[in-house]
Amino acid sequence: MKAKLLQSIAAAALAFGAGAALADEDAELVINGEIEIVTKTDAPAHMDGMSTIMSGWRFRDSTTQMMEMDDFDNPAMLAVEDAREKWSTPVGSEDKSCADCHGEPEDMAGVKPVYPKWNEDAGEVRTMQMQMNDCRENRMGAEPWKYDAADALAMEALLSSVSRGMPVDVAIDGPGQSTWEQGKELYYARTGQLDLSCASCHEENYGNMIRADHLSQGQINGFPTYRLKNTKLNGVHSRFKGCVRDTRAETYSPGSPEFVALEMYVASRGNGLSVEGPAVRN
Amino acid sequence: MKRMIALATACLTGSVAMAEVVPPSEVTFDGYAVEQSLTGTPGNPEEGRKVMTTKSMGNCVSCHAAEDYADVPFHGEVGPPLDGVGERWSEAELRGLVVNAKMAFEGTVMPAFYKTEGFNRLGDGFTGKAHPEDKPVEPLLTAQEVEDVVAYLKTLTYDE
Ligand code: HEC
Ligand code: HEC
Repeated sequence: MKAKLLQSIAAAALAFGAGAALADEDAELVINGEIEIVTKTDAPAHMDGMSTIMSGWRFRDSTTQMMEMDDFDNPAMLAVEDAREKWSTPVGSEDKSCADCHGEPEDMAGVKPVYPKWNEDAGEVRTMQMQMNDCRENRMGAEPWKYDAADALAMEALLSSVSRGMPVDVAIDGPGQSTWEQGKELYYARTGQLDLSCASCHEENYGNMIRADHLSQGQINGFPTYRLKNTKLNGVHSRFKGCVRDTRAETYSPGSPEFVALEMYVASRGNGLSVEGPAVRN
Repeated sequence: MKRMIALATACLTGSVAMAEVVPPSEVTFDGYAVEQSLTGTPGNPEEGRKVMTTKSMGNCVSCHAAEDYADVPFHGEVGPPLDGVGERWSEAELRGLVVNAKMAFEGTVMPAFYKTEGFNRLGDGFTGKAHPEDKPVEPLLTAQEVEDVVAYLKTLTYDE
């Protein structure tokens, strides 16, 4: 029943969204009347070209904005509920659940804001999805989830939801620094026959219309995002892939080292914004 | 010389097919302008308007607005409005801007519409896959489409 109601809300929003007025760029986001979300703040010191950073929420129309203000209206919360069940369901050869090692999902508050982050034992930078799969394979004896597929995104959304309101705080120095540098290079590299970089659209042109799309800063504090366009949760790497494809370029794959590095860099461009995912976008 | 003869023949017979097209790699720039027509066949402004406002063609409208095509929905704001460009720029300059705007505006986000070399991670259209080595690279616009667009841009003057 609840699922159906949410779906019809999503459909209605989509119908409205098409011609709806542009976002009120001064609106403030408070979720469930209690979680205050910082959607606009000073840019972190490592960003030369910009003084203010803004969540993609600010660039969406008011109908889409509103769907994120109450968990009952946010269609992504259905996936979060499913993930909550998975969290405490034992699986794999070890017959263990996430809860056996980590307690309640709420005990994981504070994890999402610092990802992607350096993993000392593995000697690499890891995204949250990589870390989840490490647990599945090595502690639970379960199959890893496919990158950016529904199961992985739902769990990532759950772990994001319990950190909402906390500031994004991705480390850019220390052993992960070279990965961060690689991500920065990818961000500014022009690709494809249209010869555009992430910065061409999301740094030089945010706030401008590109045909029917209102360009945001391409921040990822709201990921995974529920998109009205495809009515499901969308991962960071899949979003990157779509944007790179749109430059008529050969893309990288979700889960590739290049996208891990790019995610780390883009996440750090949001240092200071609140964790907002799972967000709603068009 | 060969080109001259081909052009002359084309004029005589009135046949477009015989005119020799300047391939992307052989376009000569004078500064940021391109004097020579890419086809020898005058552009058709109506076709040019269509190329500029159609998503699968030039899709200029995704970045540029203009009064003259205000009937087309959703104008972009990434580039300046094109009203009056027919007065601001000569035909040769406009041709140069469409062929490769980077010659005029260093580092611009405007794509080069008649260029087939020097790309980073060139894809196969919008598939996200690598462009096959053995497949010739098509420019974003054909030579005649560039001429049509230039002819249309020349009509964008303030005193209409
Ligand atoms: C040709 C223009 C263009 C380029 C180049 C581009 N994007 Fe985007 N991007 C868009 C549009 C349009 C949207 C949808 C509107 C928005 O949120 O900005 C979008 C959305 C996004 C979003 C979703 C933001 C949200 O709040 O939901 C992210 C993240 C993003 N882009 C990252 C990137 C990255 C990283 C790159 C480079 C690898 C990139 N983009 C390159 C046009 C572009
Ligand atoms: C991705 C964005 C983009 C697209 C697509 C694009 N342009 Fe541009 N264009 C620009 C920008 C930005 C400028 C301004 C130059 C600069 O400062 O970078 C520009 C400048 C121009 C100018 C000079 C305008 C003036 O007032 O001096 C002309 C003419 C022009 N473009 C024509 C076209 C045509 C014709 C097409 C399509 C075949 C096109 N543009 C497609 C972004 C774009």
